[in-house]
Amino acid sequence: MEVEITLGGVARPGTARKNKTGTWKVYMPVVDHKKCILCMRCLHNCPEPCITSVDDKIEIDLDYCKGCGICSSVCPVDAIDMVYEEK
Amino acid sequence: MKKVVEGSVAIAHAVKTIRPDVIAAYPITPQTHIVERLSEYIADGELKSEYVRADSEFSAISILVGASATGARTFTSTSSQGLALMHEVLFNASGMRLPIVMVVANRALSAPLNIWNDQQDSISQRDSGWIQLYAEDIQEAHDLTLQAYKISEDIEVRLPSMVCMDGFILTHAYEPVDLFEDEEVQKFLPPYDPKVYLTTEDPLTFGALATPEYYTEFRYVMQQAMERAKKKIRKVFTEFKEMFNRGEESLISLYKMEDADIAIITLGSLTSTVREAVDRLRDKGIKAGVVKIISYRPFPEEEIRKSLDKVNSFIVFEKDISLGHEGAVFTDVKSVVYHMKDRPSAFGFAVGLGGRDVRESTIEKLIVECIEGRKKEGFYFGDVKRVKEILK
Amino acid sequence: MSALIIEVRIHGRGGQGSVTAAEMLAVAAFKDGMYSQAFPSFGVERRGAPVRAFLRISDRKITLKSQIYEPDYIIVQDPTLIHIDNVGEGLKKDGMAIINSDKSPEDLETDIGGIVRTIDATRLAIEILGRPITNTAMIGAFVGASGLISIDAVKEAIKERFSGEMGEKNARLAEVAFEKIKVA
Repeated sequence: MEVEITLGGVARPGTARKNKTGTWKVYMPVVDHKKCILCMRCLHNCPEPCITSVDDKIEIDLDYCKGCGICSSVCPVDAIDMVYEEK
Repeated sequence: MKKVVEGSVAIAHAVKTIRPDVIAAYPITPQTHIVERLSEYIADGELKSEYVRADSEFSAISILVGASATGARTFTSTSSQGLALMHEVLFNASGMRLPIVMVVANRALSAPLNIWNDQQDSISQRDSGWIQLYAEDIQEAHDLTLQAYKISEDIEVRLPSMVCMDGFILTHAYEPVDLFEDEEVQKFLPPYDPKVYLTTEDPLTFGALATPEYYTEFRYVMQQAMERAKKKIRKVFTEFKEMFNRGEESLISLYKMEDADIAIITLGSLTSTVREAVDRLRDKGIKAGVVKIISYRPFPEEEIRKSLDKVNSFIVFEKDISLGHEGAVFTDVKSVVYHMKDRPSAFGFAVGLGGRDVRESTIEKLIVECIEGRKKEGFYFGDVKRVKEILK
Repeated sequence: MSALIIEVRIHGRGGQGSVTAAEMLAVAAFKDGMYSQAFPSFGVERRGAPVRAFLRISDRKITLKSQIYEPDYIIVQDPTLIHIDNVGEGLKKDGMAIINSDKSPEDLETDIGGIVRTIDATRLAIEILGRPITNTAMIGAFVGASGLISIDAVKEAIKERFSGEMGEKNARLAEVAFEKIKVA
């Protein structure tokens, strides 16, 4: 088998974007916007980071969310539920 | 232009004519004079390099890894603990195939604290994927600095280089040196063509993750590059000799080896003292010769084997020891003679550790002890006092 | 062969310019068409501490890298070192010591073997430089007493090392010491 490698292991950036890690999740975060106080703890704690704040509303990019549940666990007002995702 | 200059000044001068884009360094004895002089050139407007005063040697070499990845020609210099502190990044520089050139002013490693010369610092970095060239005198150190750039920057090699010169003995001595002219260097050394390099418009990842599926192959191609470096070193040395009319054409240099029964193998400034000893032994009818190792990595296996073809024995003199075994150079040379039919007897000595002056008479005495059979084959401390360690 | 090499050891105190003296002599010898090599005693230099600097000159390329144990000449910049630093150690029997002292060699109590010459370099330096920095006087005296290097080459080397008035004064100091030790 022949493998191709680059000099010094040089790689183009952005290849991680092609890897949609959202397919890994079992539980999916669901935000209750009425409860949400926009404290941004979920946004800052997301390890991916796939939580953004758009027009004073928390949005989770489910294409890359691995369903780890950290957002739900750090939420001070229990506004994020982890829901079993039917595939 | 031949002038009497300090060794460090000769190196700084050579670097000035090579015109690196980025120099990053942290001062450490006995290397300091080199980068001091370079910063003076920059302050006086004689050199246009970006000079970064780093907060440590770890930072200095890291800065050069970044700079070199952008396609810049780079230079640094260090010694001893400074080189040890760079250790981790040395592997990054070679693995990322960045042609950084560094002058090592060889100095002993602590503890106990010692600022004087031996070669434990650079010899201990022999597995780091850097080319290592050892200089016998100031002229050679000055010349190797230029040659190192041409070797390292070649796309067939693309590995960083250390030019090793004995601290104090070469860095702080004054000798007549034929110093480079700007035009000669511009003619000898083509501009660095990095092929792939980092810009803000086109970001790249250097040394990206290589899983077990690929890592072996990366190491394999580095080993091949080291093999190609042997050819490249010979070629660059030959080109240099044609243009400057001095220097060697091989990874080793031989002295009085044509009819020698015994080969004395060494590297660095020690070679000069060993030559003197060999001259005296020749006067007494002992057919000794000298094999000087210029390129320690890549290791000149073929050359050394050929040079030892007719000798009865060889003796290695080196300024390092791989504690728990023997001198690293001694081990390497022994591995070369393993396949020989009539393999010569092997002796090795650690001398000149931590700045102990190596006298010609000491070398001569040790050689005679080996020849007369007063020493068994093996590795010894060549010049050690009787010592009693107090264990309480 | 090593027999053609002249070896010189310079004794001084840190800050007296012993290494610079060795450097200037190496430059001057080279100007006179000889090979030369100068180096300090490698160590932790401190102002006032005894230091040594070394010089080799030869008509052949000098390959020797070890320190100097049996010098042909010694230069002593500071007479107080005579009894502290064993300055005469290893001096060849027919070797020469050039010592900075206001005494004559006869009055100077030393056990240095070989020929002893003295020069009052401190007084000369104060007269000409206004400071007791004796290294240029001592190298002038050395070439006067030994005849190994021309005083013109020494003066050139001094002026290359120190620019302007400083260079001129030091070159003059070297020449005065050179003349003085020749007549003495």
